[in-house]
Amino acid sequence: MSTGQPLPHDSAQLHVTGQARYVDDIPVPAGTLHLAFGLSTVARGAITALDLGPVRAAPDVVAVLCAADLPHANDVSPAAHDEPLLATGRVHYVGQPIFLVVARSHRAAQRAARLAQISYAPETPLLSIEEAMAANSYFEGGPITWAMGDVDTALAQAPHHVSGQIEIGGQEHFYLEGQAALALPNDDGACHVISSTQHPTEVQHKVAEALGLPMHMVRVETRRMGGAFGGKESQGNALAVACAVAARATGQPCKMRYDRDDDMMITGKRHDFRISYRAGFDGQGRLLAVDFTHYTRGGWAQDLTLPVADRAMLHADNAYFIPNMRIESHRLRTNTQSATAFRGFGGPQGVLGIERVIDHIAHHLGQDPLQIRQRNFYDMASKGSNSPRIRTHYGMELRDFALPEMASQLAETAQYATRRAAVAAWNRDNALIKRGLALTPVKFGISFTLTHLNQAGALVHIYQDGSVHLNHGGTEMGQGLNQKVAQVAAHALGVGLGAIRITATDTDKVPNTSATAASSGSDLNGMAVAQACATLRQRLSAHLAARFGVAESEIRFGDGQVQAGQTTLSFAEAAASAYMARISLSATGFYKTPDITWNRQTGRGQPFFYFAHGVALTEAAIDVLTGETRLLRTDILHDAGNSLNPALDIGQVEGAFVQGAGWLTMEELVWDATGRLRTHAPSTYKIPAASDTPAQFNVVLWPQPNGVETIHRSKAVGEPPFMLGISAFLAISDAIAACGGAYPALDAPATPETIRNAVKAQATHGV
Amino acid sequence: MDITFLLNGESVELRGINPMMTALDWLRETRRLTGTKEGCNEGDCGACTVMLSCATTSQAVNACILLLPQLHGRALRTVEGISGPNGQLHPVQEAMITHHGSQCGFCTPGFVASMAVAHMNGETDHATALAGNLCRCTGYAPILRAARASQDQPVPSWMKADQQAAAALPSPPVTWLPESSDALAALYLQHPDATLVGGATDVGLWITKQMRDLPKMIFLHRARDLHTITPTDDGTSLRIGAGVSMAQMLQMATQHHPSYADLIRRYGSAQVRASATLGGNIANGSPIGDNPPALIAMGATLHLRRSDARRTLPAEAFFLDYGKQDRQPAEFIEAITLPRHAPNLRCYKLSKRFDQDISAVCGCFNLHIEGGIVGAARIAFGGMAGIPKRAHHVEQELLGQPWDLTTLAKVQHAWADDFTPLSDMRASAAYRLDTTHGLLLRYFHDLAGHATPLHEVTP
Repeated sequence: MSTGQPLPHDSAQLHVTGQARYVDDIPVPAGTLHLAFGLSTVARGAITALDLGPVRAAPDVVAVLCAADLPHANDVSPAAHDEPLLATGRVHYVGQPIFLVVARSHRAAQRAARLAQISYAPETPLLSIEEAMAANSYFEGGPITWAMGDVDTALAQAPHHVSGQIEIGGQEHFYLEGQAALALPNDDGACHVISSTQHPTEVQHKVAEALGLPMHMVRVETRRMGGAFGGKESQGNALAVACAVAARATGQPCKMRYDRDDDMMITGKRHDFRISYRAGFDGQGRLLAVDFTHYTRGGWAQDLTLPVADRAMLHADNAYFIPNMRIESHRLRTNTQSATAFRGFGGPQGVLGIERVIDHIAHHLGQDPLQIRQRNFYDMASKGSNSPRIRTHYGMELRDFALPEMASQLAETAQYATRRAAVAAWNRDNALIKRGLALTPVKFGISFTLTHLNQAGALVHIYQDGSVHLNHGGTEMGQGLNQKVAQVAAHALGVGLGAIRITATDTDKVPNTSATAASSGSDLNGMAVAQACATLRQRLSAHLAARFGVAESEIRFGDGQVQAGQTTLSFAEAAASAYMARISLSATGFYKTPDITWNRQTGRGQPFFYFAHGVALTEAAIDVLTGETRLLRTDILHDAGNSLNPALDIGQVEGAFVQGAGWLTMEELVWDATGRLRTHAPSTYKIPAASDTPAQFNVVLWPQPNGVETIHRSKAVGEPPFMLGISAFLAISDAIAACGGAYPALDAPATPETIRNAVKAQATHGV
Repeated sequence: MDITFLLNGESVELRGINPMMTALDWLRETRRLTGTKEGCNEGDCGACTVMLSCATTSQAVNACILLLPQLHGRALRTVEGISGPNGQLHPVQEAMITHHGSQCGFCTPGFVASMAVAHMNGETDHATALAGNLCRCTGYAPILRAARASQDQPVPSWMKADQQAAAALPSPPVTWLPESSDALAALYLQHPDATLVGGATDVGLWITKQMRDLPKMIFLHRARDLHTITPTDDGTSLRIGAGVSMAQMLQMATQHHPSYADLIRRYGSAQVRASATLGGNIANGSPIGDNPPALIAMGATLHLRRSDARRTLPAEAFFLDYGKQDRQPAEFIEAITLPRHAPNLRCYKLSKRFDQDISAVCGCFNLHIEGGIVGAARIAFGGMAGIPKRAHHVEQELLGQPWDLTTLAKVQHAWADDFTPLSDMRASAAYRLDTTHGLLLRYFHDLAGHATPLHEVTP
């Protein structure tokens, strides 16, 4: 049985030997041209003069295109048609592409792109939340509000209250492979695009629009990405479209890859948030009402800001039953990079909001935060339960909620109580180094909230020698999706993994795909592949049953063989037999997620098929004098259902935790007063390095199957563990609280400076 | 310029090279060896890591800021050559597969190169060896497991061959690659407008990021007498050639100046330390270089040379103003002398990330306490001014005072007389000024044996 096995990534051998090809590694035809964008240096204003003469005159430049040169649509937005490929008279952020250089080499294009003489009539940019609100600069015209219960009355009647605010910084994806695309013009005017994208169908759609072609004239292929994390859901459109229009203009293949600095200046990042809160609760810390206000800077174009902000609202409860809740969400248009999808898609910000509230309550009451969390958990849902404490603020009832058990188990195995006492003892004895501890949960909803995206297709061929060609609509960005799906196919056909060949995602093979996003890759594509395999297996069974005179139920597939009653054939013999009998050995599969409904205007419905859960306990230490910090130990218990591949799933959990901890500690995006991003390279933007991984790091999977029928009862694992990084942030906050004084209203990211300032703000501490 | 080197064990001769071309571009675009990746093109992510050997050492370096002339006479090994000649996997490659050390795979060739070098050199502090390799997928845990799992495996024969082969490789002198400091002095006098290139960890970025044209470059890596560390005649000091790499400096400091060694361990990464030179870090005049504060606190002396004229000056006197140093045309730093021992020297670095980050503040303290009284004081900071700078006011207020917390509280006001730092993306002016005093307090507790370094705290 191949599912459930901890097999390595299907490309592991290619990775370690340097043979795995990414877009920029693919050998290209002679004459291939290279592209670079010329970027705006002004955050907001009109272009008053654009002199591209020096660009055209630069060595090895073949062509320079600006908006007026584009043959058809000038738009690379995913939906809102508000994101021109090249600026049309006005610029909206520092880094916006204005013109496109086509040159004989990548370096020549880069050099030439700097030579334009551009004059602007600059206007005051809207950079901050305050500036955007003052200018009434909203997406969708204004804030949206969801409410359940009577928040005002419940707050007024609550015996205890806390209120506060947290600033939550954005995050650069820092996929190691920058954005890249290659367009190869075909003889009939069609275009073959090879793109580092999570969303080949959207690239196909945007390229078709830009070339004025129907979608069948554009083929988009993605073998693998060197990391994506949401940053290649929509942000690759611009490069693919640029390559396609330049290939059309020149008749030559065109390739574009962003230099790292360009990548960080041009592309969107995780949405930064400000969350303010008022919470009412009883003497045991049980929540009675919470009133949240979310503010987020969406940047200059809409991109995916609306569903991101929605998901933040949908996760404002995290794991807790809150009888009365109101969330007001402000989605602001600002003169910055257009914030975009990033692992968790708003969920992490929403979760951090309520985790801050719980932590604040615990401090207010002088009780252990874990106890407060446990008292507020939704009830363990069981069939026929009529507890009111299983209904979320958007009206969905939980049917599978594992966190009470998981939190208790982790607290026991990781010795929460003993270590809590040890931390307290250390903090009594040490003035300069303080320690903190935090155990935080995550409950993350699985499904695209845009319901129609919850579909997937697959294409499986069996050749007459028994070898299997596997294709599906998902893309491989490092998560091991292809291996998981191959394991599903091998299991379904009863063959070894060696019989299965994984092939590049290709819009010519499986059409109308959704982005590989929302953690949905193996749920959707695994099911579609299982369905295609079931079709093929059924055809083989029917054929063999007829040939050997046995019932179809007596045909058994396994270990690379097929049993037909008393006869045993190799899978290859079975395939050859079916071929000779003129049985089709190619099948498509299709899957759509059942039981989901959602109205984003009212904030009511059943947006998720199920929830994935996890708990993390992190211990951190801070240097009181400088605010430096270290993560000492992290223990995680994570729910991946019946894991399709526990090695890959643990890899997702470990990587997501470190990425989440990085988001909330060292990763800081800094824009200056003119709106220029000052942290646009790894020299200034610091993602975690090897020594930032907790010195002790234990990850265990929760061994329970999914309560709903997913592929082999597994659960999605890409995004949920990202939010376990919140335990690192709150452990640091706990260490600051050990300095005494009021609740440390720590903002994120908790850089040394932020921590030091929080320490100084602790009233009783004089160092 | 014509150069000769070994690529994955085979001799390569290039004629008429563009000396501004990086090894990475040559590998990927000319040689079509695409296993080595470009992640940042500025030496900060390690995706382009390759192994570079000479007759005596093999080191991991960043190919993106390694210029072709630096290959002359050396042996270069890329991920393609880390597998054996018949495709056998190297033990670190095996372990990376077994321990699930790759996810997206893009950073993996660089990790494999760093791991293979550490493996060959018997280094087992894996987090340090890999600090210059960024991975965004795995969280490093499986990579560190793979490194530990492979550390005791034998070094494959093809890996060992490079040093001998480099020693045997004929590499005739090349005009712009002087073989001694005398030759350098003469060449520089003829071409005072040339750019001196030590390890190219800074100059490389002028090319890759600032797109500058550097029509004349003089490469220092073959000037052998610039690469030695020798005791001075009286035995109290060490004379360090300006071309000594930061990797060599780390070895020196580990033996003589442990706190300085802790600082150097966080200087760039293994790849950067292998290339970067002490002289380069001083000569570029950066206000945030990590060596100058330590050298100033130690009372180091710079030896400058122009043609055959030599002069010396205290390290702090070299830095005149932002972007301006006391160096004449055609003059270069030949050596630095520093004391063999400085038991009270402590070096502290503050940055957003512990490893491989540029200092927001770098503070180095070297006080002499006699009978509880401050007898001599040298305190120098990076990141606090346009140049690396001594805290003269604070030093003055400390001199002659009892070495206790009361004195420290009294001098706190003086930091603002010494420093008016800037706010930038690394830290605010207020934080910088605040932590200078925090570091003085840390120093007090450190000398008293009370401090617990954060990175030594265990759960």
